[in-house]
Amino acid sequence: MAEDTATASAEAPEIVVDERREELRAVFVAHLGDAVLDSVIKPGDGLWIRVATDAWAEAGRVAQDKADCKYFDFLSAIDWLPSPYGRYEDSALDVPFPPPMPERSAAVPGYAGGESRLQVLASVAKTGTDLRVLLKVDVPDDDPRLATWIRTYAGAAWHERETHEMFGISFDGNADMRNLYLPSEFEGYPLRKEFPLLARVVKPWPGIIDVEPMPGDDEPSEGEGTEE
Amino acid sequence: MTLTDAQQLGYINAQAADGRVNVELETDDGMVLNMGPQHPATHGTLRLVARLDGEQVTSADVMCGYMHRGYEKLCEVRSYPQVTTLVNRIDWLGSFANEVPFILAAEQLMEVEAPPRAQWIRTLLFELSRIANVSLFIGDLALQLGAQTPAFYAFRDREFVLNQIESVTGGRFHPNFDRIGGLKDDLPKGWIAETKAAMVRLRAFCDEMEGLVYGNEIFQSRTRGVGVIPAAIAQSYGLSGANLRGSGVDWDLRRDANVGLVYDQLDWKVWTHPDGDSYSRCWVRLQEVREATKIVDQICDGLPSGAIMAKVPRIIKVPAGEAYIATENPLGQMGYYVVSKGDTGPFRVKIRSASFNNISIAPWLLRGVYVPDIITILASLYFILGDIDR
Repeated sequence: MAEDTATASAEAPEIVVDERREELRAVFVAHLGDAVLDSVIKPGDGLWIRVATDAWAEAGRVAQDKADCKYFDFLSAIDWLPSPYGRYEDSALDVPFPPPMPERSAAVPGYAGGESRLQVLASVAKTGTDLRVLLKVDVPDDDPRLATWIRTYAGAAWHERETHEMFGISFDGNADMRNLYLPSEFEGYPLRKEFPLLARVVKPWPGIIDVEPMPGDDEPSEGEGTEE
Repeated sequence: MTLTDAQQLGYINAQAADGRVNVELETDDGMVLNMGPQHPATHGTLRLVARLDGEQVTSADVMCGYMHRGYEKLCEVRSYPQVTTLVNRIDWLGSFANEVPFILAAEQLMEVEAPPRAQWIRTLLFELSRIANVSLFIGDLALQLGAQTPAFYAFRDREFVLNQIESVTGGRFHPNFDRIGGLKDDLPKGWIAETKAAMVRLRAFCDEMEGLVYGNEIFQSRTRGVGVIPAAIAQSYGLSGANLRGSGVDWDLRRDANVGLVYDQLDWKVWTHPDGDSYSRCWVRLQEVREATKIVDQICDGLPSGAIMAKVPRIIKVPAGEAYIATENPLGQMGYYVVSKGDTGPFRVKIRSASFNNISIAPWLLRGVYVPDIITILASLYFILGDIDR
């Protein structure tokens, strides 16, 4: 279980073992068992753990009580679907609006894998050290809903509110789901990829300006002069 | 709403058990005090709605979002070098410090390391931003408590630091100076001597403020024992910076999780205070300005020579991957979670700003305090609206 290594370390010539982070991962595996679906360690840098959706609240308790990560850092989400608008580098005349949504299969998760389009990401840390755990969890596509962390980490309350208004993920047990930033009548979830960046819709981007090679730049640099 | 006798009795008992003097009973919903969004005693456009029972706050709610600019969404359509211009505007009093963690995250994904001289100058500018930011805090703190003069002293002496930042970067508030792989430019001629002179001024400023503000009897009586945050609560809310160290938690990312800056090669100290009250938070900040002036002096003396830019491609494409880099910014921990898909711009950027967590404790902290203490507690938590709303 959970023996993947990061792509970064797989390419490195010697296998570096990060014992402190291995120990930290072992704590989660010991207390959550099969609920630890996948994990990645970048030696000397970070630990990513993906837990099962129904073990999310338990993962928070394990992080706080067993792994001694008492410090709540942040909680947010990632939408893995590519944006249908690209990066608004094409002229608005070239693409129809709204463009067709990408296929669901185009959503490719990052470290520690995943099956859902939306993933919640939280970071907790051990004070006095550089150890931190980045916990990921899949959120069901059809009903984005997750258990709350406010019983474990009080600071999660605002972060869950922000995640709710930006991604439309509900947190069971957190009664206060009012919008933090947006007007209460706002419709849509701005950080989901299908939500257009309205500023660029109103006034389109003029397009990428070709970058010419500098005189004396003899070696062709990566992706020179062209944009995909 | 009418309460039953048992409820009224329970309420009085709860208040008395809480050690609070005020046992006056309001049987209706009490009075609602609305502060802001343009109230002169708030920093920027924060709005606070407090429900009062007599002189005491029974519940307080923070309304933010008046300055939400959607940086996380905007980052997704910018290229990596363009993002620094945006994130400059998060904490506008210490702008350079906002750029550093993002650039470090991008460098980590690209496996590029800035040359030593660039790392030293980054650390130098990072600490200058801290001094510019926190010295203004000290003046502003006194202003919140009703003293006008220290604010003018703070603006006067901060100018020496801003001048130094300006003469390197060209911008007083928004330097946009950090680049992937190094820095835009080297230091100008004669800058080191001027900076050391400015640091002497700033140390004198700290001494002056210590006597004028921190030693003041009114200041002490209004901040000592007020707004106490226990260490466990501070950690669970994710407070950082002086708010965390003022609660006795000895954790500073500059010392404990230093990435890409040169703090491990310098001689300096992390200050903590065990009390956790408003005074201790302010006191830790004062010591941090002093410590920062010492760090700047050491960097000025030990600055290595060499290049300021590593070799990076002209069009920057960051390999696919994820990185989270947090640094100890003037306001506290600031981190960027950068997800790259191998494109010229980030796929997703989560900005973890210090003030968002720091102010999220306000509803808990303000419960039960007296109305005048709202101002001192908010002032001692020290937030910047751009850093909450992003």
